[in-house]
Amino acid sequence: MTSSVKAVEALGITKRFGPTTALNGAGIAITEGETHALVGRNGAGKSTLVSILTGLQRPDEGEVRFAGQPAPSPADRDAWRQRVACVYQKSTIIPTLSVAENLFLNRQTERGRISWRSLRTRARQLLEQYGVDVDAETMAGDLGVEQRQLLEIARALSFGARFIILDEPTAQLDGPAIQRLFDRMRSLREQGVTMMFISHHLEEVYEICQSVSVFRDARHIVTATVGDLPHDQLVDAMTGEATAAYEYRTRTVAPSAPVVLSATALSLAGRYEDVDLSVRAGEIVGLAGSGSSGKVGLAETLVGLHRADTGKVAVNGTDIRQGDVPSALRAGLGFVPQDRHHQGFVPLLSIAENATIPIAHKLGRYGAVSPARRRERGAKMIDLLDIKTTGPDQPVADLSGGNAQKVVLARALADDPNALVVINPTAGVDVKAKHSLLGAVEDAAERGAGAVLVSDELDDLRICDRVLVMFHGRIVKDVPRGWTDNELVAAMEGIDHS
Amino acid sequence: MTTTKTPPPVLAAPQGRRIQLGRFRDLTLVPVIIVLLIAGSFVDPVFLTTGNLTNVLQQQSALALVVLAEALILIAGKFDLSLESTVGMAPAVGVMLVIPVAAGGFGLELPGILAIPLCLLVGGLVGAFNGFLILRFQLSAFIVTLAMMIVVHGLQLGLTQGKSLFELPESFLYLGSANWLGLPAAIWITGVLFAVAIVALGYFRGGRSLYAIGGNADAARAAGIRVERVVWVVFVIGGIVAALAGVLETGRLGGISANQGVGWIFMAFAAAVIGGVSMDGGKGTILGALTGVLVIGLVENILTLKGVPGEWKQLVYGSIILVALMISRLAGGKAQD
Repeated sequence: MTSSVKAVEALGITKRFGPTTALNGAGIAITEGETHALVGRNGAGKSTLVSILTGLQRPDEGEVRFAGQPAPSPADRDAWRQRVACVYQKSTIIPTLSVAENLFLNRQTERGRISWRSLRTRARQLLEQYGVDVDAETMAGDLGVEQRQLLEIARALSFGARFIILDEPTAQLDGPAIQRLFDRMRSLREQGVTMMFISHHLEEVYEICQSVSVFRDARHIVTATVGDLPHDQLVDAMTGEATAAYEYRTRTVAPSAPVVLSATALSLAGRYEDVDLSVRAGEIVGLAGSGSSGKVGLAETLVGLHRADTGKVAVNGTDIRQGDVPSALRAGLGFVPQDRHHQGFVPLLSIAENATIPIAHKLGRYGAVSPARRRERGAKMIDLLDIKTTGPDQPVADLSGGNAQKVVLARALADDPNALVVINPTAGVDVKAKHSLLGAVEDAAERGAGAVLVSDELDDLRICDRVLVMFHGRIVKDVPRGWTDNELVAAMEGIDHS
Repeated sequence: MTTTKTPPPVLAAPQGRRIQLGRFRDLTLVPVIIVLLIAGSFVDPVFLTTGNLTNVLQQQSALALVVLAEALILIAGKFDLSLESTVGMAPAVGVMLVIPVAAGGFGLELPGILAIPLCLLVGGLVGAFNGFLILRFQLSAFIVTLAMMIVVHGLQLGLTQGKSLFELPESFLYLGSANWLGLPAAIWITGVLFAVAIVALGYFRGGRSLYAIGGNADAARAAGIRVERVVWVVFVIGGIVAALAGVLETGRLGGISANQGVGWIFMAFAAAVIGGVSMDGGKGTILGALTGVLVIGLVENILTLKGVPGEWKQLVYGSIILVALMISRLAGGKAQD
C-alpha cells in the first residue's frame, strides 16, 4: 500500500465534445494496491475520465500510462483489458444470454466451434474462483442486481487486469449487499488489486478508500489521503464553496393532526405481512430495511402500484382502490417512484409537461391543455425546487440526475398532495441536489402534507419524525427521532428485535 | 484465490426448471405442428402423403429463406422490411442483364450463367445500402427499410414497366425446379442454409455475436465485438438470402411477376415471431423460426385442401397466427415483446 509505483496515471487530459469541455487538463495518479476514490458532482467529468482510462475514448490532449508504460493503441481492446477492468455504471450484462456466455462474451472459444460443455466448465471455475454463487446456466436476465454486478466484476478481472474501475457500484445495492461488495473489495486489495471507486456516497469513500481525488467542472481539484480530507472539506472541494451539512429541521406533529395516509392489516405474499401504518398531516415517516425487507413493495402498494392480498389503504380517510394509481392520486397522494428513469419521467417531454402530468386536467377545459398555463406552472416548480435548467421547455432528458429527480418530485408535488410517498429520492444525485430534495420534502411537510420516505440512506432518514424499520416483511421497530446509526442498522439487520 | 466472506444469497429453486424450459423454448411450436398434422389428416386423406408434404415444403422454401434472413436481422436487434421487394427485384434485374431486349432485357445480353450471381449481388447491394443508411446515417431501421421496400419494388416496376418476365435462361430456372435425390432442389438448398445458420448461431463466435448485439449493443461493443461491421454483414447476408429466395420462387413458377414477393414480409415476421424470435432483438433461434414457417405452411395447405373460399382465407390465416402466438406465449411462459 505504501508502494509508490503508480498503477495508472492520466496526465493533462483534455477532452471536448463539440462545444462542451468534458475534461480540461485533468489528471489522476493511483498508487499500486490502493483503493482510490474519484468524487465530484454530476457533470464533473468522472464518466469521461472512466472512458478514457478504459480506452473507449481517446483524449484530445494528454496521455494515459499503466505502471509507467504508455497505454496501448485504442484499437487493441485485448491489451486494454489486460491492463484495466471496468464495472460500468450501466450494466454490460446481456440479459438474454446465459451467465456462462456473458462471462466469455466474444471469447467463447479461441477458434472454430464453441464447445458449450467446456464453456460451462470454464464459467463454473471462474465463478468459483471469485466466490460468486450463481449457476452458470441461468439466464443473466433472471439474476438480481447484486449478482449481475458480481458477474461483471468476475468477468472484468478474468482478463488478468490488476486495476479495476468501479463506477458507482453501490448505487443500486441495498445496505447488506454494499457490505458484501466492500468485503470483496477489501479482499481484492489484500491480493494487491488496485481500484478506482466512484460513488456519490461520501461515507463509503471513507469506509473503503485510502485516498481520494476530487473533480469539479472538468478539472482536477485535489488529491489527498482520506485521513487528510475530512468530510466538510471534501464537500467544499466538490461544490467549490463552503456548504454546510444539511440542517435537519425539527417539527412538532400535533397529536390531533388528521391521519392523511394509513394502511390497515396490509399483506402481500412474499413481500410484506400484516402491516399497520398511519401518517399524520405534517409528519414524515421513514421506512427503513434491507432490500428484502419489503419496504419498497409496501410503499408501492400505498400508491397503488401493487394490489395487496388483504388489508386496506386509505388516503385522507377515503379507501383507495388497490392496484389503481389514478384512484390514489385523486384521493390526494403524490409519489416519487423508485426508479426515475423507468417510472419517473418521459425524457423527451419538457420539464413543464412532465411536472404537470397529474394536473393536466386543471390546466384547461374539455381535455385541452393550455401551454401558457403549463409553462407558468413549470416555471413555478423550477423556482420552488431550484432546478438548474434553461427554462420550462427544456426536455428532462437534458438534465443531470439530480435535476431530473427534482422534476419527478415536482410532479409528485404538483397537485399539492396531502400525502406524499417518496422512494429513494437521493439515489444517484449529488450533495447539493440531495439537500434541495430533502428540503423540498420537509417544506411539503411544513405545508401540512404527511410523507412516507423510503430510503437506503441513513442520512435521508434523519429528516423523519420517526422511522419504521422493516425486517422480512414486518415492521419490527418504530424509532423516534434521535436514533444513532448503529441502533437503526442493528434493527434493519434483524439483530435487535426488542 | 478466495474472495468471499459471505456468499450472496442465491435465488431459490425454480432456476433448475427454468433452464430446462429454456432449452425447449425453440420447440414450443412442435405441439402445434403435431396438432396441425393430425387435424390435416382428418381434413383430407391426401394431406399426410409424401407428395403433399413435399409440396408444402417446396412451396414454403422461398418464404422460409426470407424468414431465415429476417430472423438473423431481428436477432441482431434490427429490422428489414425491404426483403420482400428484393425477392422480386433482384431476380428481375439479374435476368434482365442477360436476356435480349425482345424478351424485356436491358440489351446487355451477358452470359446466361451470370444471371444467378448477378441476382445475388443485387440482393447484397440492397442489404449493404440499408446497412449504410441505418449505421452511417443513424436512421431508424424500421423507417429506412419501409422506404426501401417501396423504392426497391418501384425499381422493379419501373425497369420491367410492370410486366412479367417469362423468357428466362434455363440455368436461372434450374434451382427452383430441379429434383435432387428425389426431393426438390429448393428443399435441399433451404434445408442446408437453415442447418448452416443453426450451427453458426449456436456454435460460432460470429453467430453468437448477433445475440450479444441484439441483447445489448453497448455491452457487445465493450466486449470487443465490432458491432457496426457485424450488423452490416447481417444486412448484406439478409439481402443475398432474400435474392436467393427470389431465384427459387422464380424457378418454381417459371417466371417473374411484377408482384413477386409482395406481402411476404408480414408472413415472414409472423413466422419468425411465433417461432420465438423477439422483435426487440437478442432472443430466439433459427430452429424456432423454422418451426414458425412450418406452422404457416401447414395452415395454408390445410386451408387449400379444405377448399376454404379465397375471400375468407386471410381471416382464418390471421386468426390462426394469433392462436399460435398465444400458445407459444403460454408455453414459453414469458411476456412477448
